[in-house]
Amino acid sequence: MSSAFPAMKILQPLSTTRSPEKPLFDLLKSPSSFLGSASKLRFNAQKPSPSSSYSSSCHRPSTIVAVSDVVKEKKTLKSNSSLSNLLITKEEGLELYEDMVLGRAFEDMCAQMYYRGKMFGFVHLYNGQEAVSTGFIKLLKQEDYVCSTYRDHVHALSKGVPARAVMSELFGKTTGCCRGQGGSMHMFSKEHNLLGGFAFIGEGIPVATGAAFTSKYRREVLKEAGCDSVTLAFFGDGTCNNGQFFECLNMAALWKLPIVFVVENNLWAIGMSHLRATSDPEIWKKGPAFGMPGVHVDGMDVLKVREVAKEAIARARRGEGPTLVECETYRFRGHSLADPDELRDPGELLNFVILVYFVFPFL
Amino acid sequence: MVFHFCITRHELLLFEALREGLEEEMDRDPRVCVMGEDVGHYGGSYKVTKGLAKKYGDLRVLDTPIAENSFTGMAVGAAMTGLRPIVEGMNMGFLLLAFNQISNNCGMLHYTSGGQFKIPIVIRGPGGVGRQLGAEHSQRLESYFQSIPGIQMVACSTPYNAKGLMKAAIRSENPVILFEHVLLYNLKERIPDEEYVLSLEEAEMVRPGEHVTILTYSRMRYHVMQAAKTLVNKGYDPEVIDIRSLKPFDLYTIGNSVKKTHRVLIVEECMRTGGIGASLTAAINENFHDYLDAPVVCLSSQDVPTPYAGTLEEWTVVQPAQIVTAVEQLCR
Repeated sequence: MSSAFPAMKILQPLSTTRSPEKPLFDLLKSPSSFLGSASKLRFNAQKPSPSSSYSSSCHRPSTIVAVSDVVKEKKTLKSNSSLSNLLITKEEGLELYEDMVLGRAFEDMCAQMYYRGKMFGFVHLYNGQEAVSTGFIKLLKQEDYVCSTYRDHVHALSKGVPARAVMSELFGKTTGCCRGQGGSMHMFSKEHNLLGGFAFIGEGIPVATGAAFTSKYRREVLKEAGCDSVTLAFFGDGTCNNGQFFECLNMAALWKLPIVFVVENNLWAIGMSHLRATSDPEIWKKGPAFGMPGVHVDGMDVLKVREVAKEAIARARRGEGPTLVECETYRFRGHSLADPDELRDPGELLNFVILVYFVFPFL
Repeated sequence: MVFHFCITRHELLLFEALREGLEEEMDRDPRVCVMGEDVGHYGGSYKVTKGLAKKYGDLRVLDTPIAENSFTGMAVGAAMTGLRPIVEGMNMGFLLLAFNQISNNCGMLHYTSGGQFKIPIVIRGPGGVGRQLGAEHSQRLESYFQSIPGIQMVACSTPYNAKGLMKAAIRSENPVILFEHVLLYNLKERIPDEEYVLSLEEAEMVRPGEHVTILTYSRMRYHVMQAAKTLVNKGYDPEVIDIRSLKPFDLYTIGNSVKKTHRVLIVEECMRTGGIGASLTAAINENFHDYLDAPVVCLSSQDVPTPYAGTLEEWTVVQPAQIVTAVEQLCR
């Protein structure tokens, strides 16, 4: 195993003691630059810190504290107690594993069908990003809402829409979740509270904000005390330069809406590199500017994503307002199945592939 | 014609009628809420929501930041998840910023979701040419929105139909755009005390006649009625219909009128190109060609930005004298 990837450290499996001092994967201790953007993005030389997987280390004091700092504090307070809150049970682990494998297998089948001429249009696959969808959505209840983009097949699957219904939709059949009327980019499910599927980037974020508004309205105006639905809005790095993103960050923080803004930063918007499009590429920083915590997490590690998600969703449920979570991830395929994907460096892909294969075999 | 066998009426201005309709619906259904700029504490730029925030609270009458696209999208998300929001565009023109959400989500989401989600949203606001408000505040968005599949459009013109259409729009399960006019908010009328709701898809017979069908809506109704006085004095008998429903057209009422008079004049405030009149002309030609004795004539605003200078502004909009001339030529 080690010979193929000489630059990599062999990582210990999960069963050994894990603590904040010895995270499963320590970004800064590895010589190769994983999460390609991360090292390029650091404008200051960073000191390795124990919880380095949360690189929200703010060198200057700020009044807004990142969620991860709060989580870190809580961990040190409870250092004497068992570390069971970091581990997952076998049942949970199997659930996460199944969800991610389903997502991957589903997308691979889509590619097969497309290239065999049985599926048409714009199909955007999620290969490589499964940890984000699984890490977040598997923590939700049925009555929580998910709002996605055109890269929505796996969000639908994670939320509980049957794979059969999603696949039928991709073939344009009436048995599809949207009766074949929506297609790949418009996955909706009233039963599972999946609010779309949107073709234009950014246009789903206000819809998600609206669902969060309804949750607050039901609690405060309609006096439904038990209503604590949380909404997750998924979108990419390209969307973070769009007006609707900023407008909704403002409104969500202003009215303390129960929403989590999840950025799936895969570094590329079709052929536009995030670094070429964004003045300050560190997206998580934009949260505190609007008065909400900004968290940066390794989006290839489902357990890290889940941990951050747990805190962000709990925050929203408690009525403390929104969180901006930037998940650094990577798409293994092109932007869509029609994308020749000639601009990305294959070496970049390789870095992320290594990480995935080291994270998966923990069971 | 609509006959009211009511015992009592009360007098109010058009903007008060809108507010009355809104308030009745908010009392009736707690899921009805309002969102827009300055709708809450300020009471609305034309006072349509005055006093409502005090009565219903800041969440039900929500003062939004200046972000049309996002708060319209937020209203769509709220509508999908069980609320019945009314979005106010401070001026209809500002809703150009919200075109993304109005077209893609208001209009199409019911369809793309395979019918799973309904969007019971009302988008309303003042539009049309005012008194020297300048080009950007004088826009007629009905022509831009009419092609959006899935939305319904109505235009009010009297306190009576303003209240009735507001209530109907709120109760509708479909997205409805309610066009109000900046110059009509202070019209006074006695309306029934008893509750009433109008149909969103019906045109209003303003003045029955025999010689020519004049189709109009919103502010132009008043220019037409002014012209009608002159025409009557000259011996003409125009039938005036306020179409009210801009999408879909009430072709039943319009058709019956065309079959009677055989001549049609459309008077609108939209631009000539791609306006409501253009669509209506096509619809009448397609459906009632055999009944026409003359080509459909359409009087619209000039295809220019509305000038600031008062005299120039007047010239871009159809005036009663032009309507009289057009009828005389049509009935020759």
